[in-house]
Amino acid sequence: MTKYWISSERSVDITHAEDNNVVHFTVDDKDVAVSAGQTILEAVQRMPGIGTIPALCYHPSVQPYGACRLCTVEVSEDEGKSFRFVAACLYPVKEGIIVKTNTDRIKKLRKGIIELLLARCPDAVVVRELADEYGVEKPRFSLGDQNCILCGLCVRACQEIIGKSAISLVNRGIYKEVAAPFYAYELGDGCIGCGDCVHVCPTGAITMGDDGKPILPRVRIPYAEISAMVSPEELSASQG
Amino acid sequence: MVEQVKKLLDKRLKNVEELEKLRQTILDNKDASRTTVSVCGGTGCRASGAEAVVEAFAEEIERLELQVKIEFKETGCHGFCERGPVVVIGPKKIFYQHVQPEDVPEIIAETVLQGKVVKRLLYTDPATNEEITCEPDVPFYKRQTRHILGANGQIDPTDIEQYIAVGGYSALSTALFQMTPEKIIKEVTDSGLRGRGGGGFPTGRKWQSCRRAAGETKYVLCNADEGDPGAYQDRSILEGNPHSVIEGMIIGAYAIGSSHGFIYVRNEYPLAVEHARTAIEQAMDYGFLGENILGSGFDFRVTINKGGGAFVCGESSALIASLEGKVGEPKDKYIHMSEKGLWEKPSLLNNVKTWANVPLIINRGADWYAKIGTADSKGTMIFSLVGKINNSGLVEVPMGITLREMIYDIGGGIPNGKKFKAVQTGGPSGGCIPEQFLDTPVDFDELTKLGSMMGSGGMIAMDEDNCMVDVARYFIDFLKGESCGKCVPCREGLAKLSDILNRITHGEGKPEDLDTMEDLGEILSNGALCALGRTAANPVLSTLKYFKDEYLAHINDKKCPAGVCRELIEYSIDPEKCTGCGVCARNCATNAISGEKKEPHTINQDMCIKCGVCYDSCKFNAVIKS
Repeated sequence: MTKYWISSERSVDITHAEDNNVVHFTVDDKDVAVSAGQTILEAVQRMPGIGTIPALCYHPSVQPYGACRLCTVEVSEDEGKSFRFVAACLYPVKEGIIVKTNTDRIKKLRKGIIELLLARCPDAVVVRELADEYGVEKPRFSLGDQNCILCGLCVRACQEIIGKSAISLVNRGIYKEVAAPFYAYELGDGCIGCGDCVHVCPTGAITMGDDGKPILPRVRIPYAEISAMVSPEELSASQG
Repeated sequence: MVEQVKKLLDKRLKNVEELEKLRQTILDNKDASRTTVSVCGGTGCRASGAEAVVEAFAEEIERLELQVKIEFKETGCHGFCERGPVVVIGPKKIFYQHVQPEDVPEIIAETVLQGKVVKRLLYTDPATNEEITCEPDVPFYKRQTRHILGANGQIDPTDIEQYIAVGGYSALSTALFQMTPEKIIKEVTDSGLRGRGGGGFPTGRKWQSCRRAAGETKYVLCNADEGDPGAYQDRSILEGNPHSVIEGMIIGAYAIGSSHGFIYVRNEYPLAVEHARTAIEQAMDYGFLGENILGSGFDFRVTINKGGGAFVCGESSALIASLEGKVGEPKDKYIHMSEKGLWEKPSLLNNVKTWANVPLIINRGADWYAKIGTADSKGTMIFSLVGKINNSGLVEVPMGITLREMIYDIGGGIPNGKKFKAVQTGGPSGGCIPEQFLDTPVDFDELTKLGSMMGSGGMIAMDEDNCMVDVARYFIDFLKGESCGKCVPCREGLAKLSDILNRITHGEGKPEDLDTMEDLGEILSNGALCALGRTAANPVLSTLKYFKDEYLAHINDKKCPAGVCRELIEYSIDPEKCTGCGVCARNCATNAISGEKKEPHTINQDMCIKCGVCYDSCKFNAVIKS
């Protein structure tokens, strides 16, 4: 399906087109019409006059995930009476909604999220660039030494594009990390060494190893927390 | 084998007349002159030894051959868990608490056979010192309205006929034969019932949109993944009256046009799982589930799915992901699950308590139901009242009761003459409400206005010995551990909040921390993906709002006013009061206390680990905590 957008001056034509596949709505005070079935992010990211919506966990080739929350925008479904925060990468455009992509509240929220990401990954270039853009200086929190922001792009690419699911997000909360499924110590035969995960990673946290398999970023988990982890000995014992 | 199958099939009720005939037969066979003995077999009472009491009763009844004279049953949770094991002798409802197996012969000899009361097992009201004989007169029960929990104490949850005897499945037959699906939804809508899982979404509206949603296949789901620390209402209903939940689900399924339902229950609730499973099997045998229910032509079956232990799976989209066999992570719900839920099909998810309300509404009518409660919150709510409170347990009250009535009239006030400080409502992501709001009526909207929430009905009373900073730290640490880690605000934000709170309670807080925490709270409530994250800052924000002085005392004066935060307290010995008995020195794990016999002792602060043993063991109150 062709996706198209029409600016406010030209939107009049299409209003009377009785085209069921067109959705009319307002974004940053501009009336627009786009083809139905898109998310806000897809619909507005190429519109002139609309500021870029930052998004780190979004990639057009895989399903949206809604993890980084940087693309959060304000949406009203009741003609502006009330607004709520939604992730633009997941929210489907609807007839008559009002979208605001760059209010002070949104800027403050994004700034806060960037501060948290910068505290986690102080060396990640893409996070530093965003920090410069949004005026985040030094995070007020203790700094980590990660590069992985857990956007899950690598996992989705491996699953959706390659069809392998050789890597997975395991564990929860601050111990969540990208690892071989079920915390196996090494990437199994599922990994074909295509390097898609390396390519799609926004922060360069995954690199390609000499053995032709990606080197995954590991969270340093306290041993007490790794009850689920299987050692190579246990693994071979259970298989043999 | 063939005959066994035939016999099973024979139990199936083919129409309403057969159901009513069965009900009449059960009631006719009931001998009203028999004394009833009900032992609470809920998990709370089992923890204090109810299983041994049940066994003792069974043995004693058999030994004295009293099977004809006594109707003995192990029921579900009575609610007054703190006093368990609880035994109630009918028909007078004589209430015995803390019953042990050795009390059983006496109860049978005295109370059952001679009608005499065993005084030492009675409940004494701490307020009046009066001994109370009958269950309904106990102040804890007196102020309650037990529409949902009431049957728990009357029926054996593993016997469907006992549920039928108290009117069970009559709402189902009304719904199937006297009401259209639209009429049922209208009744639920008019009743004003709101989701009891915490969200408070109008139940009727949810049912309506699920009925309207396009698609042949629809699912009915029951959320029994109750994970709040200290709350166990859902467990008690599923353990004590599982058929009420199943009946509600069948009615809901008929209303929206679904033929398959799931109960998603915690694996940590083995008794609830067992009772729900038994109930489903029996409901299948009697024809309340399966094909052609009561001859109506309507088919419905229920499957039990056990959770894997993640708190976040109580969140609807995470629950669905888990049911589908995926990782229990929430998703954004911009398309309602009533349109696209389990396996992308329209799904109707309600909490255990919500389902249990449905038969009540159908039986007694929306008008009757809507008379209970406040303008926007109807019906009763079940709270688990715990913490620093005299009477703790499960409490069912009409919406709109004040916090003061809950704490003082039902809860019996704060033990040991301590001063009330706050009540924490709504589970870990609820908030703390201070004394000045004790007269607030409890309903969905009023609690939200105070920066807390109804949640699934947790209520923890706190007294002057609770440090509110430490309370916030406890809940944030819990949530940090239970965050699924998908979105940045929740994963990173909670970890940073926890860092800051741990610093403050260790005496390393900085004045700017308060602003930082408020900022983090805003990021969480505006930016987090699911309701768990969006409400997760409540414990901090509400304590910051009402107990800022305690934060300031920790940060500026390096003092913990309640004497909880170890790094900020110091134990010393008052030489005037110390008799030199040496008990503290003998108990001290680090040998930090020294002194000559019969001379005042002293504590070496460098060696003291602030465990508080000296403070607890001194009989002369000579150890000072400051």
